[in-house]
This record gives sequence, C-alpha cells and structure tokens, in this order.
Amino acid sequence: MLYREAGQFKSSYAEDGRIFPIRQDRVGFTLLMLVFGVAVPLLANEYWLKAILTPVLIFSLAAIGLNILTGYAGQLSLGSAAFMAVGAFAAYNFILRVDGMPFLLALALAGLAAALVGVLFGLPSLRIKGFYLAVATLAAQFFIVWVLVKFPWFSNHSSSGVVTAQEVSILGYAFVSPEAKYVLTFLVVAVLALAAKNLVRSATGRAWMAVRDMDVAAQVIGFRLMRTKLLAFAVSSFYCGVAGALYAYTYIGTVEPEGFNLDLSFKILFMIIIGGVGSILGAFLGAAFIVLLPILLDNLVPALFGDALGAGFASNLQLIIFGGLIIFFLIVEPHGLARLWQIAKEKLRLWPFPH
Amino acid sequence: MQFFIEVLIGGLLSGVMYALVALGFVLIYKASGVFNFAQGAMVFFAALSFVGFQEVLPARFGMEAGSAAVFWLSFLLAFATMVVLGIATERIVLRPLVNQPPITLFMATIGLTYVVEGLAQMTWGANVRGLELGIMDEPIGWLMDDYGIGVSKFDLFAAGVAASLVALLAALFQYTKVGRALRAVADDHQAALSIGIPLQTIWRVVWAVAGFVALVAGMIWGARNGVQFALTFTALKALPVLILGGFTSVPGAIVGGLIIGASEKLAEVYVGPLVGGGIEGWFPYMLALAFLLVRPEGLFGERHIDRV
Repeated sequence: MLYREAGQFKSSYAEDGRIFPIRQDRVGFTLLMLVFGVAVPLLANEYWLKAILTPVLIFSLAAIGLNILTGYAGQLSLGSAAFMAVGAFAAYNFILRVDGMPFLLALALAGLAAALVGVLFGLPSLRIKGFYLAVATLAAQFFIVWVLVKFPWFSNHSSSGVVTAQEVSILGYAFVSPEAKYVLTFLVVAVLALAAKNLVRSATGRAWMAVRDMDVAAQVIGFRLMRTKLLAFAVSSFYCGVAGALYAYTYIGTVEPEGFNLDLSFKILFMIIIGGVGSILGAFLGAAFIVLLPILLDNLVPALFGDALGAGFASNLQLIIFGGLIIFFLIVEPHGLARLWQIAKEKLRLWPFPH
Repeated sequence: MQFFIEVLIGGLLSGVMYALVALGFVLIYKASGVFNFAQGAMVFFAALSFVGFQEVLPARFGMEAGSAAVFWLSFLLAFATMVVLGIATERIVLRPLVNQPPITLFMATIGLTYVVEGLAQMTWGANVRGLELGIMDEPIGWLMDDYGIGVSKFDLFAAGVAASLVALLAALFQYTKVGRALRAVADDHQAALSIGIPLQTIWRVVWAVAGFVALVAGMIWGARNGVQFALTFTALKALPVLILGGFTSVPGAIVGGLIIGASEKLAEVYVGPLVGGGIEGWFPYMLALAFLLVRPEGLFGERHIDRV
C-alpha cells in the first residue's frame, strides 16, 4: 500500500535510467544517507563509531571490490586482503615519500597501485577458470604479504614491520576525532559505492555479467575477454586498495603486512556470500553482518553461559556458532541478505492486500 | 652433489606428505564436485581425536598406556569419529545444498572448517600434544655412512604409508562394487542416479574414506610436528599440489606432491638466500600458477571442453 509505484510515470530517458526509479526508494535512500552521514556522527558514541561503523563502511568497500570481481565478473578470488595490503602500504609510502601529498590523491594513487598489481595477478584468469583460479589468487595473497615483509623499504625500515599511519589532513583540517574519521570514510565509501552502482549498470557491467554467465558465449558474441576480465580485476583491486588505505588511516592506525592475511580474505568473501553475490547493497549488509556477529557473540555467549566456561571454551563456541551460521545462511538463503530485502519489497507492494 | 641429492630426497619425501592431504581433497571433489576446504580441519580433528583417545583410554578404562591395544583401539575410535563427522556433514550440510553452484558449496565447507576447528578444540583442548608412532626421525645408518646422504627413517616410513594408501584406494576404486559406483558418480551424477546408484550413500562412503585419509595424514603430520592447531594449515600446503596435479586425479595428487615438495625444498635452499628466504609459503603457488598457464587443467586433470 505504502510502497507502490502507481501514478509515478517516467517521461524522459533520464527518469527511466535512474538508480531508484520509485519515489519511496529515493526518499528512503535520502533518509538513510542523512541518518548515517549527519545524525550518526552527531549522536553515536565513540565506541560505535570507532569499533563498528567505520570498519563496517571500510569492509563494505572491500566487499564491493570483491563483488565486482566475483559477483559480477564471475572470477573467484581469495586474495582480496593482499590487495588491501597493497593499498595500505602504497598510501603510506606516497604520503611518506612525497612532500605535501594530499590525502585524497594518495588514496586514489593507492587504489591505482593496487589496480596495477591486480591486473598482474589477473592475467592467469585468461587461461584458468573456477577453483583453479581461486587457488591461483592465493598465490597473490601469499606473495604480496611476503614481499611487504621481506623488503623493509615498504615499511620504511621499521624493525617490526609495523607502520603507523600518518595524521590525515585535508586542506589544513586534521581528521583526528573518531567523528571526523567516520565522516571522511563515509564520504569516500558513498562516492565509490555510487560509482560502482553506476558502473555495474553500464555497458562495462553488462560485459562483466556476460562473461560471468558464460565466457565462451560472451566471446563469441563479441566481448573482448581479455579487456573485460582484466578491467574487472583492475576495478576490483582499486576498490580493495582504497579500502585497505582507509583501513590503515581511518580505522586501526597501525598496520603490518601479516594483518592482511588469508583470514581477512575469507572474511570479505563471507561478506559477499552472506550479503548477496552480485549486489552492491549486499556488500553493505554482509559487511555489517560479519563485523557485528563476533561482537554480538562476544557479548552474548558469556551472558548466556556465564564466565565459568573459560575463555578457551567461549572462543571455540564462537567459532562453531560463526561457522554454523554461515552454513545455515547458505542453506536458507543462498542468494544472501540482499535477496531477502528484495522479497520484502515485493511483499510490501501488495501489503496489506493478498493480491 | 651429495647435498643436492639430500635436499631432493628430503623434498620428495615431504612432498609425499603433502600428497597425503591432497588425496583427501581429490576423493571428495571427484565424487561430489565439492571443493572441501575443511580437509585441513579434518586432519586436525582426526589427529586430535586419536591422541585424545590414547589419553582417555588408559586414564578412564584402565588400559595399559602405550600398548598396541590402546593404539589400535584409539585408531578405530578416531576413524569412527571421522565417519560420524562425514555422515553428519552429508546430512546437515551437503544434502540441503544439492544443486547449488560450486562456490556456495565451497563457502559451506569454509563454514564447516570453523565448526570442525571449534569442535575439535572444545572436545579435546587446545594444548600441543606429542604423537608417538615408534619410528625415530633420524637418518638411515648405512646411507649416511656409505654415501653421506641423510634420509630420515620417518620420512621414508611416511612415504611407504602414502604409497600403500594410494594402492589401497586404487584397489578400492578399481575392484569393488562400491568403487565402481564411486567412479560412475564421479563421471556423471545424473546418469549414475538414473541407473539406481544411491548418490547419498556414495557421498557418505566418500566422506568416510576422506576421513580415513585425514586420520592417516593427521597421524603422520602430528608425529612429525606435534598435534596442534597448525595442522589445519596442511590444507594450504595441499592446494598447490592439487592445482598442479588436477583436482580429479589420484595419481595427480601424488605426482603433484612430489614435484611441489622437491622444487619447494630446492628453491628454499638455492633461491631462498638470494631473496631473503621464507619463500616456502608462496613458491609452490607460483610454480603451480606458472604450470597452469601451460596446462590449465593441471597435470592429470580432465580436459575441459567449452561448449556454447
């Protein structure tokens, strides 16, 4: 009843090509943006901003990156954390070694550096498919982390390999408080997410989807496989790289190469699977789910079972619940949370009438 | 030259141990098309159960510690545990996910990895334990004395176990009724189903056999490095072996293991010092990747023909 498009006519191409063709969606989206862009930094406390909202946004960006590659272009990758590492360390070095490097430019350059590495490791995808490719991307995961550890130049010869991100300042304003860092992250993520949404609706996105559904058929009808696949690797790695740089600069502050390990890659993969493969909204939902779940379990498990069980038991129980929930989600809704939202929208159109 | 041969043999023998883990992957992939990431966790769980039963049996039931009876009973109990785990996996995880795309099944096995790891440590505790198989990790005397080449008795034993395991599996596949059904399912699920082969029974058998392979691999790796959480990482060692040998080939797993083991150790010794060492982590992957560029389906994998 409330969620109806009746009476909303499209009278121009621009109106037809909108991201949100229905007025209710546009209002809802604007409200969402206002809530998370204005109300949240004003109202939320420091813990929420620092430990939950900022990482959710950053991981969403990384998940969008992986979603472009896996969800839209169909190339399974297990190396997203490595591309985040490239982004983080590239940003660090650009800011460290170039005097007066503006932060946003460094962020873009970090993304480009990651894109370059991504294209390099995307080359095998022209020959290899499916799980073989997934295992091949593990080569990127291990190799990149090894390079960052073994060549101390990347961490400016820090003895432990740990680098501390410099202070972020744009046009003389220093982003120090959690609120400021959150807003910066929010803006970057919002712009890039919008760009991604438009990209996957464009000719490029359609080419990716054609390649995903069947690459030989796509090639036969004239898509250039090499260009399409490598572009997917480049764009995906760009997003992961920017996410990595944000991870270092607006979230944890000190990073080491080993922090970007295989576990992180798996986490990002979980995000897109749980959120919904091939959906930008899904990347956000999945990231929120994966970041919030351990925190929820941290609080819930001792509350339910008491402290008597010991820390070891609690952490093992968390492992089991986490793994179990993933399996449960895959069984109940293999298309992810984004699909649930879609179903909800279809139901809302008719509600409260049966037909 | 002696040193080269020593490194080469050491590498080949450790390659056999990788192949042992890879074998578990191949079995499940061949029969059900599931890329079972939980194999490493299964190795850990199996080894932990074995050691756990070895501790529990003398303590609770008054059996003589270190006796052959305890050893074999623990072995059987650990195997039974793996069978139960395999059947539960088939029932709870795989059956509801039939007909889902392979990536979904793959993700489910990553979830399974967490569950199995948590379960293993919850049941048996997280301490590092030793595992004694009665074979010393020392060089063979006469080889050392006559030729100056050090080859560990233990490595040779592991190689022997792997070889007999492969022979056993090959016989199972080739000469038994179940084996024939397994091959039929591996060839074509639907065709196998249509001539009356019970798919779910076959999957249970395969998971049980993979559990057995995991137990053997876990005991050997555990005797080598101690039974600890690091055993789960054996899966990561097995992956390059898999892509090199092909996901669907049992001999491929063995040959791939030998190639990876030998080249990894040789590279670590001869190339490692040039670039600062520690290349064992990624070298096998790079090697397998370079190899795949030439043969995208691995050494013995089935050639994939694209049809539109």
